[in-house]
Amino acid sequence: MSGARAKKTPLLRDAILPLVVLACALAAWEAAVYFWDIPSYVLPAPSLIAATLVKDRAILFASLIVTLRTALEALALATIGGVALALLISRSRLMERALMPFAIVLQVTPIIAIAPLLLVYLAPAEAVLVCAFLVAFFPILANTSLGLASVDRSLVELFDLYRASPWQKLVLLRAPAALPQFFAGLRIGGGLALIGAIAAELAAGAAGQGAGLAFRISEAGYRLDIPRMFAALALVSLAGIVIYAGLTALSRLALVRWHESARGLED
Amino acid sequence: MTVGVAEPLVSLRGIGKSFANGVAALENFDLDLRDGEFLTLLGPSGCGKSTALRLIAGLATPSAGVIDWRDSAAAHNIGFVFQEATLLPWADVFANVYLPLRLAGKTREAAAPLVRETLALVGLADYETALPRQLSGGMKMRVAIARALVTRPRLLLMDEPFAALDEVTRFRLGDDLLAMKQRLDTTIVFVTHSIYESVYLSTRILALSARGGATVDAIDIDAAIARDEEFRTSSEFAQYCRRASAALRCAYGEELR
Repeated sequence: MSGARAKKTPLLRDAILPLVVLACALAAWEAAVYFWDIPSYVLPAPSLIAATLVKDRAILFASLIVTLRTALEALALATIGGVALALLISRSRLMERALMPFAIVLQVTPIIAIAPLLLVYLAPAEAVLVCAFLVAFFPILANTSLGLASVDRSLVELFDLYRASPWQKLVLLRAPAALPQFFAGLRIGGGLALIGAIAAELAAGAAGQGAGLAFRISEAGYRLDIPRMFAALALVSLAGIVIYAGLTALSRLALVRWHESARGLED
Repeated sequence: MTVGVAEPLVSLRGIGKSFANGVAALENFDLDLRDGEFLTLLGPSGCGKSTALRLIAGLATPSAGVIDWRDSAAAHNIGFVFQEATLLPWADVFANVYLPLRLAGKTREAAAPLVRETLALVGLADYETALPRQLSGGMKMRVAIARALVTRPRLLLMDEPFAALDEVTRFRLGDDLLAMKQRLDTTIVFVTHSIYESVYLSTRILALSARGGATVDAIDIDAAIARDEEFRTSSEFAQYCRRASAALRCAYGEELR
């Protein structure tokens, strides 16, 4: 009995409390709009935003799917590319010196500055995908590299003592040891992929092309359709939450047996 | 070859080891390791004890001198226990002990009897599926010892394995280690800071000086003495400890009194 109660308390605190706060904030917002009679083109009430979401659902949810799919495709490509390059770099110092500067240049150049150029060379959908890929790539590369490089020295020596092949060292030691850092990189990359996709969609939207959520935001902005802007913004948040929650669950699933980072709530 | 004195398992002759930063851990270091002995290297931090172990294990190469093995098969079957248990945190106890056999290409099925037997030997038969984080420090060290013994090495090298454990656990592990040694007929080289531990466990103690690892004193302890509580409280034990203590003080650079 007491065990069940002890388990219930954190759930109550962690899930219900934020929802109550959210409900209160929305109610206050609704009341403020009603009380001061704020016009919807200045600040739409939450109820109007919800109604807009329902009314424009066909167009908005189609855009949500486009943005979410672009971000996830870019994340998948960034994962493959980032892990592959991290493995290559971990095999040789020369590779690291040759390739890392380019990865860093890409990382420090703001994606919003690259997007217009990519839109010149590529179709809008492709340009958005490439932008999202570029921003998600670096954190996955950097974190996986760090994970592969920071394996316990004594364990490496143990594998040396038993004459392990490079392949055995990778599969049995370095890859599992790098998983926590890899997943940290993946979670950052997931959030950034969405930002990259949104930034590129905004740039594409400025050119009057596109189908994603950010395009809907700029499109609605031109028409001063503020409720729809808010509705699209809510869906962008939802996309971010879906990506973050999905990756957190994946990371937890992979690490919960042994790694402290995934065990916080259990002990 | 002198009749009656067995050829050493491994001989280190004129061994020097300096690191890239110019520090010389060992200078002109000699050691004859006798088959079946329990040799303890006793000395201050940085005297080259661990370096000597790593050279014997082949984890480092000497800058000077030769390491001569009587039997090259023994050179390729060495167990090593580090100061920390250094287990794979994601793998259970069985998988950790199975690791050396896995690296040698043995299947899990083929290795299972040997892994189970070794786990029973260290007293962890019931913990096959436990993860390292679920074990106490002493139990983790038992897993590390099982992993080192699973290949049935002729030589077991132990680098301050009990340094992080409490005294009761140390005593118990020491006794169990001696029982395992007898059962498997393993030669052991043990590195420690502890005088009492070295006297209780060893058949020979080499006290090494703080610089370059020169042998300050070599103390033979009669292997026939039973290692038990009685020995630990005997006057003989106290005498050995006094001599080892004097050697250690000398190793630190004080006068031998």
